[in-house]
Amino acid sequence: MVRPDTLHRYAFWFKVSGDVMRIDKDLMAASSTPLVLAILAEDESYGYAILKRVRELSDGELEWTDGMLYPLLHRLARLGYVTTEWRTPPEGRRRKYYAITREGRAALAEHKQQWTTVARALNDIWGSSDRLALALGRA
Amino acid sequence: MEQLEAQFAEWRAFVGRTVDGSDVEELEAHLRDQVAELSAAGLAADEAFLIAVKRMGRLDELSREFAREHSGRLWKQLVVSSGDSDQRNDRGWTAALAFAVAAAVTIHVVRLSAGFPESEPVWLLRNLNLFVLPFLAGDFARRRRLGVRPSLLTAVPFVIAGVVINLYPYTEASSTELLVAAHLPILGWFLVAYPYMSGVLSSHERKMDFVRFTGEWFIYYVLIALGGGVLMGLTALILEPIGNATVEGVIEWALPSGVVGAVIVAAWLVESKQRVIENMAPVLTMIFTPLFALMLSAAAVVYAATGLGGAFDRELLGVFDSLLVVVLGLVLYGISARDPGAPPGWMDRTQLVAVVSALVLDVMVLGAMGERIGELGFTPNRTAALGLNLVLLVNLTGTAWLSSRYLVGRDTFHRLERWQTSYLPVFAVWAAIVVVVLPPLFAFA
Repeated sequence: MVRPDTLHRYAFWFKVSGDVMRIDKDLMAASSTPLVLAILAEDESYGYAILKRVRELSDGELEWTDGMLYPLLHRLARLGYVTTEWRTPPEGRRRKYYAITREGRAALAEHKQQWTTVARALNDIWGSSDRLALALGRA
Repeated sequence: MEQLEAQFAEWRAFVGRTVDGSDVEELEAHLRDQVAELSAAGLAADEAFLIAVKRMGRLDELSREFAREHSGRLWKQLVVSSGDSDQRNDRGWTAALAFAVAAAVTIHVVRLSAGFPESEPVWLLRNLNLFVLPFLAGDFARRRRLGVRPSLLTAVPFVIAGVVINLYPYTEASSTELLVAAHLPILGWFLVAYPYMSGVLSSHERKMDFVRFTGEWFIYYVLIALGGGVLMGLTALILEPIGNATVEGVIEWALPSGVVGAVIVAAWLVESKQRVIENMAPVLTMIFTPLFALMLSAAAVVYAATGLGGAFDRELLGVFDSLLVVVLGLVLYGISARDPGAPPGWMDRTQLVAVVSALVLDVMVLGAMGERIGELGFTPNRTAALGLNLVLLVNLTGTAWLSSRYLVGRDTFHRLERWQTSYLPVFAVWAAIVVVVLPPLFAFA
C-alpha cells in the first residue's frame, strides 16, 4: 500500500555513507513503514529504541537520519496504525510511547504479503536467498 | 553538565522556531538518550552532543517533513524549501493576470453579441460559467505544468458540457434550463479540480487540498467583491455630475470585467498569498461554527415544539438545501483546516451539534416534503431540490456518525477526512445528472 509519492517523501531519511552498503533510497523508504510497524508489533516502544532496533536488525546497514523517524511515526498515528502516549517510566525520562493498533497490524499484514510476493518472484529468478539479499541491496 | 544544559536550551530554541512544542520535546528526549549512550561509551559531553545533533539530520529537512506531515499542505513545501519559488511566483503573477484579462475580454465579446444588458437572453445565463471557468482551468493547467494529454482531458469535458447544454431544445420559460444554469457552475468547479490536482484524482490529500482551496478562494472572492463594490459605488458618485450615461457606461464595462477577472485573481491569491488566508480562514470557521450550531439547535427545538405544518411551503426545501450546503461547507472547511493530529476538542463537539441539529431539521422538512410530492407529483425543481437534499443528508449523516465515533475515541479523524474526500465525486455526479439527464427526463419543460 505504499504509494510512489510516499516513497519519495521519506527517501532522504537514509544517510548513505561509504562504509555501509549502498541501499537504494526508494527501497529504503518503501521498507520503512513495514519495518517500524513490525518492530512495534513486537512490543510498544519509543523513537530512540525503535532506531536502535532497526540498527540491530540490519547489523547497522540500515542507517536512518534519526529525526526523520518522527514524521513517519506521526503519519502512522494519523492513519490510526499506532496510538501514542507520553509516559515516564520509573527509572528514565519522559518519552512518547507508540503502540500498534488493530489497523496497524492489518496494514503490516498487507505489507508482509506484498514483500513476500516480491521476494518470492526475485528468489525464483535468482535462485538462492543469499543472492537475493545481495541483489535487493543493489536494486 | 551545566554547559550541556545550556546547549540543550539553545538547541530547543533553535528547533522550536519551525517545529511544534510537543514535537520538540519528543526530539529532545531522543537527543538526550543518544547523548547518554555516547557518554556511557566514553565520549565527552560536548562531543556526544555534537554527534547526537548531527545524527538528528538537517533542521530544514526535518522541519519540512514535520510541516508536511502535520498539515499536508502543498504550499508549505514551497515556502519551506524556498529557493526559486519567489521567481516562480513573479512569473505566475503576470500569467494569471493574462488569463484574467482574457476571461474579461471574452465576457465582453459575449455580452455585446447577446445585447446585454438591454436584452437578457437565457442562453447567456445558461452558458455564463463556460466563459469563465475554462480560463481558471487553463491557468491551473499552466501552473501545474500539465502535459498534452492531461491538458486535453481538462478541456474536453468543458466542450462536451457546452455542446450538450446548447443542443437541448428547451421549451419557453423552461425550468430545466434554469436548473442547468444553476448546476453547471458546480459541475464546472469540479472540472477545475482536475487540473488543480495535476490530473491525479485518486489522492485523498490532493482532494483535501482542493476543498481547502475552494473555501479560501470563496473568502478571497468575497473580499474582492466587497472592495470592488465600494470602488464601484464611489466611482458612480464621483462621475454622477458628468451624467448618468457615463456612469452606466463605466459600470457596464468595469463590473463584468471585475466579476469575471476576480475568479482567476482570487485563485492566484489563494495559491501565492497562502499565509495571509491561512490565518484568517480558521478564525472565521471558529467564529461561525458555534453561531450556526446555536442557530440550528434553537431552530430544531422550536420546530420540534411548534410543529412544521403552518410554516411549511414549497420554498422551504430550497432554503433547507442552502442551509445544509452552508453547514457542509463549514464542516468541510473545518476538517481541512484542522490539525489532524490534535485530540478531539470543543470545536469538534460544536461542529457535531451543528450537523446533528441540521439533520433533525432536515428530516422534518423531508417528511413534510414527501407528503407534498405524494399529493402533487414530481416537477423538475422539486426533483432537483429533493435529490440535492438527499445527497447532502447522506453526507451529513455519515459525518455525524464518524465524528461522534471519533469523539468517543472509537475511530481516527483520518476516517472522517476519507469519508469527505471519497464523497466529493457524488456531488459532481449529481450536478452532472441535473445538467444532462434531468432536462430530457422532463421533456425540457
